[in-house]
Order: sequence, then C-alpha cells, then structure tokens
Amino acid sequence: MSESTGVIHDIGYQRYMGPRLGRAPVFGALYLHGLRTVFGFGRSAKAKIFPWLVVGIVIVVAAVVAAVRSQIGQVVITYAQFADTMSWLIIFFVAVAAPELVSRDLRSGVLPLYFSRPLARSDYPLAKLLALVTALWLLLGGPQLVMFLGAAFTLGEGPRGVWNELLDLLPGLLYAGLWAAVFGAIGLLIAALTGKRAFAAGGIVAVFLMTTPIVGILAILPSQTINELAFLASPMTMVNGVGTWALGDLLFEGGDGLPIGGFGPLYALAAVLLVAGCVVLLLARYRKVATR
Amino acid sequence: MALIATESLTKTYRGGVTALADLTVVVEPGIVGLVGANGAGKSTLIKIMLGLLPPTNGQVRVLGLDPTTQPDQVRARVGYMPEHEALPPDLSAAEFVTHLGRVSGLPRTVARERASEALRHVGLYEERYRPVGGYSTGMKQRVKLAQALVHDPDLLLLDEPTNGLDPAGRDAMLALIHRIGTEFGISVVVCSHLLGEVERICDTLVAIDGGRLLRADRIDAMTSATDVLAVEVSEGTEELAARLSALRLPVRRDGRLLLVELADDDTYDQILGAVAELDLPLHRLDQRRHRVAELFATREPSHV
Repeated sequence: MSESTGVIHDIGYQRYMGPRLGRAPVFGALYLHGLRTVFGFGRSAKAKIFPWLVVGIVIVVAAVVAAVRSQIGQVVITYAQFADTMSWLIIFFVAVAAPELVSRDLRSGVLPLYFSRPLARSDYPLAKLLALVTALWLLLGGPQLVMFLGAAFTLGEGPRGVWNELLDLLPGLLYAGLWAAVFGAIGLLIAALTGKRAFAAGGIVAVFLMTTPIVGILAILPSQTINELAFLASPMTMVNGVGTWALGDLLFEGGDGLPIGGFGPLYALAAVLLVAGCVVLLLARYRKVATR
Repeated sequence: MALIATESLTKTYRGGVTALADLTVVVEPGIVGLVGANGAGKSTLIKIMLGLLPPTNGQVRVLGLDPTTQPDQVRARVGYMPEHEALPPDLSAAEFVTHLGRVSGLPRTVARERASEALRHVGLYEERYRPVGGYSTGMKQRVKLAQALVHDPDLLLLDEPTNGLDPAGRDAMLALIHRIGTEFGISVVVCSHLLGEVERICDTLVAIDGGRLLRADRIDAMTSATDVLAVEVSEGTEELAARLSALRLPVRRDGRLLLVELADDDTYDQILGAVAELDLPLHRLDQRRHRVAELFATREPSHV
C-alpha cells in the first residue's frame, strides 16, 4: 500500500484494489467498536471515568473478598452471589453504557452512514447488544476470576482444591452471563427508543426501580401461587429465581433462596422469553429507523 | 454503461404523498448535478438508489446493479454523504472514518491508512485527531465527505454538500468535488437546490420538480450556443455596433451594452480591433455565460 521511498510527496488519490471483507469481519468490527465505546476507549478521558470507576469497585470488592477468605478462611460471598450483590452497580453501569452505545448514534444522525454501507440492518443492533452483554459479563466475571485466583492459590489445598474452586466458579460465570443477557437486552432496548441519553438512562433505572415494589406487593398477597410467581415481575428477582432453580445451593447456602416453589422452569422460560422479546423489539425498532 | 438509469420510477409514501412520479432518466458517468427545490424528490431518489427505500413502481439501476435486489453490492460501491449532521461529537475524525472504513469491509490496517488519506484529500491534517464536536461546520462537511470516500467507491452521492457553508467554504467544497470527479476517477452525484452552484462543476444536469423530470442533459449542450460577449464603451456605442455588423458579427443592443455571440477566440480580436480603430474608450469586455437557470426558468426570461 504505502510507498517506502522515504520521501514525502503527494502521490494523489489511489484506488483500492485489495480485498473487501464479508459480513462476519464487519460484524466483528462493529462489535469491537461497541465494546471499546462501553469502556471509553478511543474517546475522551471524561468518557472513561464512570466505566473504570465501576471496574475499580468490583475488582476491589473481589480482592477484599479473596483476601478475607485467605486470611480467616471464611467465604463472605460465593461466586454466584457476587452478581446478585453487585446488581445495583450493574444497573447504573447499564444506564450509562447502553445510551452511549445507541442513543448517541440516534441523536447525532450517524445511522444513515451505517445503513448506506453493505451492512445487514439487523447486524447493527445485534453487534451493539453483544458488545453490551460482553461488557456486563466481563464486569461480573472478571472479579470472580480474581476471587478464584485468590482462593485457588492461597488455600494450599493442591490441585484438588483448585479443581473444586473451578467447579464453583463455572456456574458463577454462567449465572453472570444470564445477568448480562437480561440486563443488556432490556437496557439496550430502552436506550434505542430515544436519542436523549439522560432520558434513556433515567428510563433504564426506572424500569428496574419501579418493578421492585411490584414484587413486594405480589409477595404479600394471600395466595401462595401468586407469592411464588411474584418474582417474575422484576427482572432482578426473575434472574434470582432462575438462579435459585438452576444453581440452588451454589447460590444460596443452606437452601434459603427465593421461595419460588416448583415454578423454576417457568422462571427460566420467562427469562428466555424476556431476552428474546427485547431482541425482537430492538430489531423492529431498527428496521424502522434505517429507512428514515 | 450508464451510471444511473431509472425507468418510470415512482415513489408514493403512505398518506398519498408522491415524492417521485414516473421518473425516467439515464445518466452517464461524470459529475452529475441533481437539482430541484426542497421537496422535489432529490433525497427520496438517493435513498432509493441506496436501497434504503423500495420504489412503489418502476425500475432503477445504479452502476448496472439493481438496488432493490442487490442493495449490498450497490452500497459497497457507493459513498453517501447525507444532508444533515451525521457525526458523533465525541470521536476524532480519524477514529470515526477508520471505523466506517471497516464497516465497509476494509481490513483494519487498510482502513486506518485510507482514512488518513481520505482526510488528507479533503484537507484535514493534524485536526483529525481532535474530537469532531469541536469542529467548524466546514470541517464537519469535510469529514462527512471523507467518510463517503474512505472505501474507494465508484460513485459518490452527495446530498447538499455545501449546506451551511460560507461563500469561501462553498467554493472550496465545490473545488474539492470537482477534483474528486475529474482527478480521482469517481463519478459524483451532487444534490442541490442551488443551480448556480452545481452548474459550475457538473458535466451533466438533471433537474427535477415535484418528483418529475424537468430536463436532463450534458451541460455543454445546454450552454454552448449561448455564450456571448458583453461590450461596453463609454461613448460611440452606435458606431461600434455598425462597425461590428459590417464585420458580420451578430450584434444586439441591451441597454448600454452590446452583446456579441462568441464564435471563437477571433471574436475577441475583431472586437478589440474595431474598438481600437474607432478610438473608443472601452469600458469593459467580458464573457457572459448564460446561466442554466434560465433554461429551467418557468417564468418568461426577462431579457435575452
């Protein structure tokens, strides 16, 4: 491509004869750009403050938990509980990251530049969603890895101990993936509805805030079925319910998980439907936006 | 092969608004001016050419491809500069244009190289590492042009590229577009509601109004026969007119001016010779190019 003569001179306009990549690499480029956006890379220092503050908090918490465990041998929070403990922090993170990913593009009119390129219409929202979900998963999974490393190499139980820790870690990472998928899908859908970042952030926090009291009300109604189904009303408790059913003891020691009765599979189904519904609505939204 | 060919192209929006009505036009490669008032259907035509909107009726071909069935092939070879603001304020021009190059399918290193080349061609150098939010309107327009150029398209669709620019900025932008069309070997469609602006740089003009074709032709065919020289002398206008008529030059009076049809460069010498022989004080002698606007004017031309 470039001339290696060592002399700078105007070589005029050069046509490009090289390869043009297909759909997968283009999707990858969009995805990586989204992931960089979430953490403020390639952007101003101001954009890096909040994401890295959150990253700092979760890492410090994980390090403290690991340190406590190695010093006094007490498990403060398990791997899977880590996601639950950090849930509000994650909600605020979504409320900042999702509008950065999509509201900004809506507002600044960038979308025509994307959709006038050989890019499938669904690839733009899907790449952004995947980027957000990945970021959330890293945010929840990374600290678990810190906890794992702390436990595996300070407890001194040999390979057997490391293996046992790993068996505890993997479900924790899976559970973090569920959190990431549910929160990412809801957050991105809300953010995609408006070009105003403040509105989008408020909307995201509101959805999680407003649904929590509904759970509280349903949980005290005089019907056991309603009580057991109450946790479906809020995304946070719904994810909790799925965790209770699927992970059980790993998540809640001594079996004091959410009282969801025998509705575990229903919770799992509801979570899947919720994510799928959000994705469908997101795609519909961008079909409409693309023709503007 | 025709650059753009439409046949009976019609677009009716829901609610019955007709944006394009039975538009049939064939355009050859080069710099094409697409002119029409606001709401004439220019933007709709561009969106149909990009495959973003389906036509209600009729056929369209861009670079020999059908954007309704092969939108990705068309978009891979077309660069689009939208009319409205379209840049994220927090990214630098270099970062943003590189990213869009990659979305167009360029490999990472190529995208970075071509992005800085494209930005250099539009006249952005060290500024390209600063966030776009702090740019002037002129610089933003240049970045929009650079992103349309980054993937080396065969056709550029520019929607009102001089929007919001001051006169100097307009001239610079038009000169740049002219350079892209002539030196870079890329065909350009320039949309504008300002005929006087695009006629300076275009090979071909397509004028639409209310979604209908007014006229499409090469610009030299529109203006070649109408070039005239305007001569003004402080006194002795009658004598000069008589002398020029004697030289068998077609002369007309227009107020204090004499209008002489320009045949070739000799016409200048003949006029200057006549003025010198009569020893008249020559006030001015300049070439008057008929504004293409007059060819499209619906009202009666006020004078010749």
